Amino acid sequence: MTQAPTTTMTGDSHGSYPSYLIGFVLAVILTVASFAAVMTHALSPGMTMAALTVLAVVQIVVHLVFFLHMNTSTEQSWNLMCFIFAAASVIVIIGGTIFIMHDTAINMMSR
Amino acid sequence: MAHEATMSPLAHADDHHGEHHESPNVFGFWLYLMTDCVLFGSIFAAFAVLRNQFAGGPSGKELFDLTNVGIETAILLFSSITYGFASLNALAKNKKMVLLWLAVTFVLGVSFVGLELNEFSSMIAEGNGPDRSAFLSAFFTLVGTHGLHVTCGLIWMVVLMVQMMGPQDLSERMMNKLACLSLFWHFLDIVWICVFSFVYLAGVM
Amino acid sequence: MLGKLSLSAIPLDVPILVGTFIGVAVIGLAVLGAVTYYGKWGYLWRDWLTTVDHKRLAVMYIILAIVMLFRGFADAIMMRTQLALAYKGNPGYLPPHHYDQIFSAHGTIMIFFMAMAFMTGLMNLVVPLQIGARDVAFPFLNSLSFYMTLVGALLINISLFIGEFAQCGWLVYPPLSEMQFSPGVGVDYYIWAVQISGVGTLLTGVNFFTTIVKMRAPGMGWMQMPVFTWTAFCTTVLIMVSFPVLTVTLALLSLDRYLGMHFFTNDAGGNVMLYLSMIWTWGHPEVYILVIPAFGVFSEVTATFSQKPLFGYKTMVYATCSIMVLSFVVWVHHFFTMGAGANVNTFFGIMTMIIAVPTGVKIFNWLFTMYKGRVEFTAPMHWTLGFMITFSIGGMTGVMLAMPAADWILHNSLFLIAHFHNVIIGGVYFGYIAGMGFWFPKAFGFKLNEAWGKRAFWCWFVGFYLAFIPLYVLGLEGMTRRMNHYDNPDWYPWMLVAEVGAIVIALGIVCQLTQLYVSIRDRNLPENLDLTGDPWNGRTLEWSISSPPPAYNFAVIPDIHGLDTFHTEKQLGLKAHGKPLAPIHMPKNTSAGVFIGLFSFILGFASIWYIWWLAAIGLIGIVATMILRSANRDVDYYVPVSEIEHNEEVYSRRIAAAQAAE
Repeated sequence: MTQAPTTTMTGDSHGSYPSYLIGFVLAVILTVASFAAVMTHALSPGMTMAALTVLAVVQIVVHLVFFLHMNTSTEQSWNLMCFIFAAASVIVIIGGTIFIMHDTAINMMSR
Repeated sequence: MAHEATMSPLAHADDHHGEHHESPNVFGFWLYLMTDCVLFGSIFAAFAVLRNQFAGGPSGKELFDLTNVGIETAILLFSSITYGFASLNALAKNKKMVLLWLAVTFVLGVSFVGLELNEFSSMIAEGNGPDRSAFLSAFFTLVGTHGLHVTCGLIWMVVLMVQMMGPQDLSERMMNKLACLSLFWHFLDIVWICVFSFVYLAGVM
Repeated sequence: MLGKLSLSAIPLDVPILVGTFIGVAVIGLAVLGAVTYYGKWGYLWRDWLTTVDHKRLAVMYIILAIVMLFRGFADAIMMRTQLALAYKGNPGYLPPHHYDQIFSAHGTIMIFFMAMAFMTGLMNLVVPLQIGARDVAFPFLNSLSFYMTLVGALLINISLFIGEFAQCGWLVYPPLSEMQFSPGVGVDYYIWAVQISGVGTLLTGVNFFTTIVKMRAPGMGWMQMPVFTWTAFCTTVLIMVSFPVLTVTLALLSLDRYLGMHFFTNDAGGNVMLYLSMIWTWGHPEVYILVIPAFGVFSEVTATFSQKPLFGYKTMVYATCSIMVLSFVVWVHHFFTMGAGANVNTFFGIMTMIIAVPTGVKIFNWLFTMYKGRVEFTAPMHWTLGFMITFSIGGMTGVMLAMPAADWILHNSLFLIAHFHNVIIGGVYFGYIAGMGFWFPKAFGFKLNEAWGKRAFWCWFVGFYLAFIPLYVLGLEGMTRRMNHYDNPDWYPWMLVAEVGAIVIALGIVCQLTQLYVSIRDRNLPENLDLTGDPWNGRTLEWSISSPPPAYNFAVIPDIHGLDTFHTEKQLGLKAHGKPLAPIHMPKNTSAGVFIGLFSFILGFASIWYIWWLAAIGLIGIVATMILRSANRDVDYYVPVSEIEHNEEVYSRRIAAAQAAE
């Protein structure tokens, strides 16, 4: 970090050319891996879905770290905590909806 | 949209304790993005429930063109680092380069929206519009909401570029706005990761 | 050109509506005339409509809430009267088409525009003062939020006189709310009113969360934060997590209606049950969004009027936080009968019952706060005690409903109606009124009349039991909700008792109006004036400044050393800070919120009636106003030291006068 700390950006780190490029390369690799997993039909459907999920989660973390400059410094702690809470809520919403609707579909034979 | 949160005069900047409080604008905008995250999460939940309700219509396997999705993904990834370069130049107070990189980002964004509109219109022309089946309703809504966000980001980008050429220059307030748009732009990229993984790729499986 | 809108949309054939319209028009013209006659337009515009001051926005929110209370209560008493009449051969005076609109509007208005507006008003008034801040984090957004709420309220009330309102309940369940079964504009009114006000609420959530996280006075750690601020904090978290879900759910419903999509339709793979799950993902946290701040009010009121610190401050905080988390994983208990399996219903049933535990902790904390305290039985304390009894009963019937097996019998019966009115009137409404009485002197500099406040309480308290205990009985006897007419002779006497209860509640509202009138009339009597800014021997920071506070709240930001620092220093006789004054940086008023509100109104109204060119104007207007606002650099100013000094001097003279009077 060569820039003097200012109060304007998200925290103490604003990234640098190398960090953006590293992030970019990682993102490209992960994206290509996702596409390849599906297009080559190398894995069973269940495994492909699992691979897609893992790759997506890893890529989200890559974006968060290299593009959104999220880290565990104290200045970022609230941003990080809010993100974790939001992510947890999203998991509850999606997971809960699928749990309920799947069960209902089975019981009501609605699909 | 929350980016109009232009005021933060009252954070105790004139603190007599020397405690450092960062400007709340960027934090507030981050919170807005978290609510946006929940918003997309709910649409994903609806999509997850309706993803197999084809109602006799076409499935994702018949509709999706992975080449197109790949190009769209590449464009968004490139636009992420070009925006990153604009941010770095803004920190270095190099206004011309900021404008240049923003312009590049803008062109990439417009081509993304163009490709998406093209995909949508060809699907609708073939009779596979959002009113065809519940699956297509959910698909158009989810992808369209992302596209709408990108469009809003593009409008916002133009506004900032114009304002930057005016008296606001690279003032602290402008830096805050650039930081907010940066969060917005990279956030949309994250949403897109979920879209191409769980809508397109999982759809053609 | 005018879409669906035509002269026939005005319901001239319904005498009740024509009468209402004449009444509203007369009152409206009288108010406008009075403002013009006294030449107050400039004052109104400069000091109120364009204000970004959280205290003034609070007053406007609460006025809106009280007006909406009248509207919602008018609906309520009309329904009760209908059911007191519509027995056997008598069809009553409300045809089903009209009656269905009334129960839909009653719920929508009471939740979104009475309770939400009241809660936001209290948060606006109190939170910045309690944490030692000079305003909220984003004052302009705060003004914008208010106008979004106001526009929603306006749209819903306009539906009385132009067109119609939804006839499918306050959560407009599909498929009844789909185009196929509700082709009119009623559901569109609902969607746009709730969507626009929902945006306002979401912005309020972001705003107050940022304020509480970033703008607490130096030294105020999380465990030094007053309980009301804690509850406000938990509420903002719930708002941010749940309101986007509401936005999405209603957006999907509007896509069904406007673009012929198939999210919740019967055909083409749509899933009606998905709507239930999604709307309650928002709907259950919403209930806690309303009641958690009321818990905060009760905590402040009980501690202050028992002249003791709150018993178990930390357990109160933990209880509030656990309620916040739990409230997000219980939503299925609103539709146990939908047909999910035993595993789903069991999970959500057990989670629901667990919420009773932290709530019970709170009740005991309040009881132990009063234990061995010198309890002053003021009007706010009356509301608080009434709450403890009423809410406990409501909570227990809630646990009954949380059992899926019992719920299969009680679902959609009047038992349920009695339960949620039991917690919403007994919890939310009593809490907000207690809060209004408690903080009224802070906002205006004089106290509310005690005698009329207590009369209002007794009417509400007695009226509540008369109106709703019969509904429990009726529910157990099998009467379902939203019924327009019935033949069962066993039900008739109970409906009559409920009608009497509604009339007693009406007397309570009359007492509250009288209380306001008497208090304003006698505001300058020495016993009513609040010269010291601390009329109740308060504990938290808002009582350390003058009533009403100056625009910048605190001449000097106080230092906090622990919980209830202000009260501790008062006990020890410590003089306030001798810190030097400095110019204070403040936001300027802005009309941008008014204009964005106006354009949102145009957008909403035009979309309801399919007037697309006008909707485009509204949308462009909103965006243009935001861009202009973001280009405006003249948004702040400094309050000079001389002005602060002057205000401080006036305040100390008033304190001296108050001490001399003792």
